Amino acid sequence: MIEFDAVSKIYPGGSEAVREFSLRVPSHRTVVLVGSSGSGKTTLLRMVNRMVDPTAGRVLIDGEDIQSRDPVQLRRSIGYVLQQGGLLPHRTIADNIATVPILNGMPRKQALAEVPALMARVGLDPGFARRYPGQLSGGQQQRVGVARALASDPNILLMDEPFGAVDPIVRRELQDELLRLQAELGKTILFVTHDIDEAFRLGDEIVVLKEKGLVAQRGTPQQILAAPADEFVRDFVGVGRAERQLVLEEVDGRTLAVDGDGRPVGILRA
Amino acid sequence: MNLVEAFRWIADPGNWGGTSGIAARIVEHLWVTFLSLLAAAAVALPVGVLIGHTGRGAGVIGAFTGAFRAIPTLGLLTLFGLLLGIGLAAPMLALVILAIPSLLAGAYSGIHSVDPTIAGAARAIGMSPAQVITRVELPLALPVLIGGIRAATLQIVATATLAAYTADYGLGRYLFAGLKTRDYPQMIGGAIIVIALALILELLLAAVQRTIDQRVTRPSTREKLGSRHG
Repeated sequence: MIEFDAVSKIYPGGSEAVREFSLRVPSHRTVVLVGSSGSGKTTLLRMVNRMVDPTAGRVLIDGEDIQSRDPVQLRRSIGYVLQQGGLLPHRTIADNIATVPILNGMPRKQALAEVPALMARVGLDPGFARRYPGQLSGGQQQRVGVARALASDPNILLMDEPFGAVDPIVRRELQDELLRLQAELGKTILFVTHDIDEAFRLGDEIVVLKEKGLVAQRGTPQQILAAPADEFVRDFVGVGRAERQLVLEEVDGRTLAVDGDGRPVGILRA
Repeated sequence: MNLVEAFRWIADPGNWGGTSGIAARIVEHLWVTFLSLLAAAAVALPVGVLIGHTGRGAGVIGAFTGAFRAIPTLGLLTLFGLLLGIGLAAPMLALVILAIPSLLAGAYSGIHSVDPTIAGAARAIGMSPAQVITRVELPLALPVLIGGIRAATLQIVATATLAAYTADYGLGRYLFAGLKTRDYPQMIGGAIIVIALALILELLLAAVQRTIDQRVTRPSTREKLGSRHG
């Protein structure tokens, strides 16, 4: 469980990134922080592995204030996936995936032996193990990033817009893959995105942020879509967008769901 | 035809042997080059790497290397010669100071040019600052860093002739002695050997730089080439 207890972050120089933010991320659940740039979502995520230290308030993991933890040790115990993959371009895929277990003291040979299983788990051909990141597509690199984050079997996964840089079809595949993985592994996931559809797809709970970590609304995707708290959330979620305005139409004895532009998006099950 | 005579001087086997022959002086020359480079690197590389890593003091680099480069080495040598007297200490010190700007700039810009998201990601997954430097930044910075070493080596090996200004050491001896006795073939012959030495070192270091780039920094490009052939 991750807890933010009234955290604030003011950078030296005076710019305020986060103001008194509190949140509880229950174990084995996926919580998505969604907001546009300047919402402080990435700052909040980076507070969990002490890449950023709050200027006020506390962050707790399983009840323990992480300020008392050594940052390097803390980071090795948390899986981290970031937008551009952040892979080491001069190391093979296998070496990249084995990085954290080796940092944790596992013998290199043993760490590398576990790589094929990890690659298979994230849907990568283990034949890529000896290639380099630059030889893989963006989507494949993101899978490597996820495999690396899972390698030392952490309880917590931090994901910073991990699928932001790939095309929509691949993004969809990666999202499905993550849902499948999460059903298997039950990690505590804190996920950051600016894409509300991604938040709806992946989050057990969603926190919509305005600027500086100000919470506009929190709840399940259903709650947020059904009852947006205010104009900001309504706009952000796009309640008024044609693709969210579904009506039912009878066609050849079946009931179709049709969006606001008249495009069919699905069939109502009997 | 001084040039022809210079080559004749180089070709004369009688000039090569003995404790003050060309062979011995080449060894001396390379030795003083190597020692100066080593001393300069011991100072400049760690400082350049640290400034590149932390980003602190980056502004100083430009001003500092510019100012250092403007120092005339012969003037510096004369000053050190007056302070330290006859011997190798004064020219070595001058050569070290000559080499520092190139080494510092190479180390700094090499580390600085590493994509900050890569170094940041390495930190975020749990590498200590030292591990980020040695396992990520240095391997990726090596080609640029070696470029600095290459430039510094070239400067030192050419300028190491000045060692003969205050000591009977290195290939500069032929230049000073030739000038004094108006033995121009000897003087030009000495200069030609220094030039040849510089060119050989340059080619050698360029090859090292290329190899490191392909094997350490960007191994993926090498793999691609390999698979295209096989």
